[in-house]
Amino acid sequence: MAAKSKAIVINEKDNVATAIMPMKTGSTVSFEVQGRTERVKLLSDIPMGHKFARYDIEQGTDVVKYGEPIGKTTARIARGEHVHVHNVVSHRGRKEGA
Amino acid sequence: MEFQGYRRSDGKVGVRNHVLVIPSVVCSQGAAEAITRNAKGAVYLPNVFGCAQVGADREQTKRTLVGFGTNPNIFSVLIVGNGCENLPAKEVAEAIVPSKKRVEYIEIQEVGGTKKTISKGRKIIKEMLAEAAALPRQPIPVSELILATECGGSDYTSGLASNPALGAASDLLVGAGGTVILSETTELIGAEHLLARRARTPQIGKQVLDLIAWWEKEAIATGQDIRGANPAPGNIAGGITTIEEKSLGCIYKGGTTTLEEVVKYAFPPTKKGLILMDTPGHDIDQLTGMMAGGAQIAVFTTGRGTPTGSPIAPVIKISGNADTCRKMKDNIDLCVSQIVQGKETVKEAGKWVFDEVVAVASGKLSKAEKLGQRDFCIFKIGLNF
Repeated sequence: MAAKSKAIVINEKDNVATAIMPMKTGSTVSFEVQGRTERVKLLSDIPMGHKFARYDIEQGTDVVKYGEPIGKTTARIARGEHVHVHNVVSHRGRKEGA
Repeated sequence: MEFQGYRRSDGKVGVRNHVLVIPSVVCSQGAAEAITRNAKGAVYLPNVFGCAQVGADREQTKRTLVGFGTNPNIFSVLIVGNGCENLPAKEVAEAIVPSKKRVEYIEIQEVGGTKKTISKGRKIIKEMLAEAAALPRQPIPVSELILATECGGSDYTSGLASNPALGAASDLLVGAGGTVILSETTELIGAEHLLARRARTPQIGKQVLDLIAWWEKEAIATGQDIRGANPAPGNIAGGITTIEEKSLGCIYKGGTTTLEEVVKYAFPPTKKGLILMDTPGHDIDQLTGMMAGGAQIAVFTTGRGTPTGSPIAPVIKISGNADTCRKMKDNIDLCVSQIVQGKETVKEAGKWVFDEVVAVASGKLSKAEKLGQRDFCIFKIGLNF
């Protein structure tokens, strides 16, 4: 990963990137994935350590980080949008639909 | 590779040489504390259980107390009971005898009150401390180390930096013939397939999956939502969205080697290499379980910061969050935030963590020890009656 990257993609399969500094709506963040530079325009403020979408993610599909599913989207998430508890839900350790 | 440790009569090796005072029941905790007060080298366990317990719950309390007594960081042991509890001091003492260390017990009712108990206890540990002081450290292969791994107060840096760095250190220790314990079963939810895949045998892999299924079923049976506890509110503020995300970052701690064995809470591993101990995600419950299982040293990764320490073992704190390293510098031993910035590799940080484990095992004090932080909490599995 490049020292100047402001976000990290852990596995190339991931559809989210993690911000390593706080970032503002409307700014364009660039980061490297497997040696290639990727640019995403942010549609939300992203607090440090939080995730944003690398691609549009349909409602009810997997959010992927570390190359593995970490939960499903409860709404469609657009590329550059904040991805967190407001639009992602875990289906583990609790009753479905609870 | 070697470190400087204490060889015990039963062949095991300690990294510390404490005299341990164990209150077998909550009623004698005050006396145990008073006995060890100002006695350098003596420690006590703040045990709040030991009475009105039955069945597996009582056994778990006993096994944990006995595990602390037999832990190789302990030179000798004094058990302090009250006298009428259903986990008697004598029973705990007798279970420690096979470790061949000196073990004695006293009871407040029998000795005749708190003051006499404190005075008698102090006399006993004075002798024990003098005996302990005569034992020198000697060179010991690192293959004798059992490293407890743990994460707490996690944030996004835990999965990016501190857990991978600890994982690299775990691989170095296992590569040198040592043992690493991974725990906190609830924080494997969502990552269990990755660990099961690395099991030595299909049976061990199935044990991992069965454990996760059990915890998940228990969580559902409460009728509550596990999300209220895990990820914790601080985890969520730190960028962790779901238990799966937390788990995937969490299992890095154990490195990449083959999973050799699954053990129950507070049981000692019978194999070397990577071990999974079945514990809750609760920080102190799990640390206590691993120490009772014979771990001599712990590395604890944290994002948001935590003060955790053990009464009987060093707990090395590492963080990948630069702000936390700065704000909590009296708690954090190693800062690996350079990984997040891309200025240091996980492998380089792993070597640094491993070297710190060897240095602390050889006598360098961890920050939690300097602060006198001595957390102890038994994973309670039944009602008090």
